[in-house]
This record gives sequence, C-alpha cells and structure tokens, in this order.
Amino acid sequence: MNETEEMMPADGHAVPDDHAAHNVAKHVRKYLLVGATLITFTAITVFLSYVNFGTMKANVAVAMLVATFKAALVATIFMHLSNEKRLIYRILVFTAFFVLGLFFLTYLAWYDPVTR
Amino acid sequence: MEIPYTVTARPDTGLWNAKVGIWLFLASEVMLFGGLFSAYVFLRLDADPGLWPHGLLNVPVGTMNTAILIASSVTVVLAWAALKMRRYRAYWWYMLITILCGVIFLVVKLAYEWPQKFDHFGAFIKPDKLEKYEQYLGNHHLAERGLPPRSEISGHLHNKEALNDPNAKEYEIALDPVNADPANPNMDRPHFLYVPPTDKLAAIEKEDVERISSFGPWHSAYFASYFTITGLHGAHVLGGVLIFIYMWLPVSKRLYRQNPEHLANRVEVAGLFWHFVDLVWIFVFPLFYLL
Repeated sequence: MNETEEMMPADGHAVPDDHAAHNVAKHVRKYLLVGATLITFTAITVFLSYVNFGTMKANVAVAMLVATFKAALVATIFMHLSNEKRLIYRILVFTAFFVLGLFFLTYLAWYDPVTR
Repeated sequence: MEIPYTVTARPDTGLWNAKVGIWLFLASEVMLFGGLFSAYVFLRLDADPGLWPHGLLNVPVGTMNTAILIASSVTVVLAWAALKMRRYRAYWWYMLITILCGVIFLVVKLAYEWPQKFDHFGAFIKPDKLEKYEQYLGNHHLAERGLPPRSEISGHLHNKEALNDPNAKEYEIALDPVNADPANPNMDRPHFLYVPPTDKLAAIEKEDVERISSFGPWHSAYFASYFTITGLHGAHVLGGVLIFIYMWLPVSKRLYRQNPEHLANRVEVAGLFWHFVDLVWIFVFPLFYLL
C-alpha cells in the first residue's frame, strides 16, 4: 500500500511481541541494575562538582558528560529505545535536528558574528 | 465505538497508536524544555563575572529528590513489567510507590525548597559603596585569589517593614555565612550543606543599596530560570502523578479484567512520559544545584 508497509517484515504485524511475559521477567534485574547505576552516578556528579577542574567551564563540561550518560541510560533502557520500531527513531532524528538547531541559534546569538 | 490499535500494531506504522502519539508529544516536549534550557545557557554565558550565584540551593535535599525521582522511574517500569506478567497485585504496589515518590518530590519542592527562597533576602550594594561594606563582601580577599568580586549581602531580613517604609534609613540583615566571614577561604566555593543565616547582624544603609529583593524569580536571571524550569518540571510531575492515580484506582482494574494488554500499554505510555520528566531533572539538578 505504501513504502512503510513494504519495509515491514513479510509477516507484518504477526511479528511476535518482544515484550512477551517471559521476556519481561528477564528484564526486571536489568531495570533494578540501571536504577542503582543512576543513583550511583548522581552521587558521583555531586562529588565531582566539589572537585575543581580548573575552570568553571571544565566543571560544567564534566557534569554535563555525566548527565548525558545518565540520560542515555534512561532513554535506552527505561524508555526501551535500545529496541524500538523504526518510526520512533525517525521521529527522534527530526527532534534531535531541531533541538540542536535551537541550541545552535543560542550559540550564534552569543558568538554574535555580525557585530563582533 | 471501539478505538482501533490500542493493543495490536497498525499495519503501516508497525506500532499501536498511543506509542506513536506519546513519542510525538515527547518530541514537542523536548522543544519546550530545549527552549528554556537554551535561554538558561544564554543568560548564564552573558552574566557578568560573579553575578551568577553558586551554592544557593540545598544540595543534600536536591540529591535526595533526584534519587526519589530515579527510584520512581524504576518502580513505574516494574509496574509495567508486572502487568505484562499478569501480576496485578505487584502492579498495584509498584504504582502506589511511584505515586508516593512523585508526591514526596512535589512536597519537598513546594513546601520546603521554594518557601525558603521567598523568605531569604539579598541586597545589591551600589558599585561606589562596595568598599564601605568590605567587611561583609571580602572583595580584597577575592581579588587576591583572582576570583570575581561580590556585590550582594544576603541573609534573613529582620526589618521587612523597611522595604516599604520611606522613613526607614537602613536594613538589618542577619548575615549568611558567606557575608559573615567573607575572607574565609572556605567560603570561596559553595557549601555542600545548607547553612542557615548566622546571628551576626549587619546594618546596611538604604541609600547604599542598588536594589533589594527576596530570592524569588525577580532576584536574578539565575532564580528566574530556576523557578521557570523547576516550576514547569513540577507541573509535569503533578500531571504524571494524576495520571498514575487514575491508573492505580479500581476503575483501571476493570480494564485489566477486560483487556490487560490495553492497561499495560497505557502504563507504558504514561511511564514513557514519566521517564522523560526524570530525564529533564537529570539535567536540571547539576545545572542549578551544583554548578
């Protein structure tokens, strides 16, 4: 009917649900482990913010690095993005493009290439 | 009317509808919070040296709230897993814990953290009067260490009536530790523990003050962005809690009996929203509390 459907596996919607009960049970341990990791990294961020990395910029960079790692864990494991259908990734590619564009505008305003 | 594709996948998307819906919504949420975060970056990079406050928020309380939010993210995913395994009892308990975590987070924010700020005052001294208040500002000490100067004296305002009384000549402020002992090197970096104002009183003449305000959104670009972003985030937590309460009440048990997979999908979608709210907080916490 349309191109999306053609890209689906031959057996289409009969694809077995990968969240079937026996699969979910296996994941429970992983969820607990990720939760513990996130709390550990929260403590690490707090600790690192009291370490002087030279400049404030360096401290911000370190904290954002840890936060990005934590956010990636939440997105891939809790939000199931490690194993999602193609359409969701397509939506997210556009989201990433526009949000990066937004931050690029902020950067331009700050960098001010016209008057500087 | 039967709503289609609540549990079965729509042939053209390969997904049940709510899954597509929530991700489109989250995409718009990314832009909403992205706009506010880029405003934060803009304000912070443009702030004059020393005018972006540090250490004004209670770090242990913020850390605790972060842990509570992460714990609730774990319990909501466990609640969903329990439904998938058709264990309603476990689902009910995990959902209850999630709701309680959300409520605790909001109570800490609204009943403790925010009111404390509204009751805390800071007086910005006019640039030509800074020397007069050197004993509270410690700018000689800061200059020696190559740190940006201070211009604000903060603490508990004893005579709040002076704010509106044209005859009052001065403000009496019970000083924050940083202004009580400004040349102490321990005050150069923010404190981990919240330290309440000291007993040391300072009299600051009104005519030396450029402006005075409580630590509300009107205080500075820092507090404006803090209250805007944590306020919007708090509204999201409240929204999540209300949805979870609905899914936890007996009305949802009826749906479970009819179509457990439908309820599981609802919980998954609400959970995706909740994880997103957690994800936002993961960035809010270091940006406002720690840096």
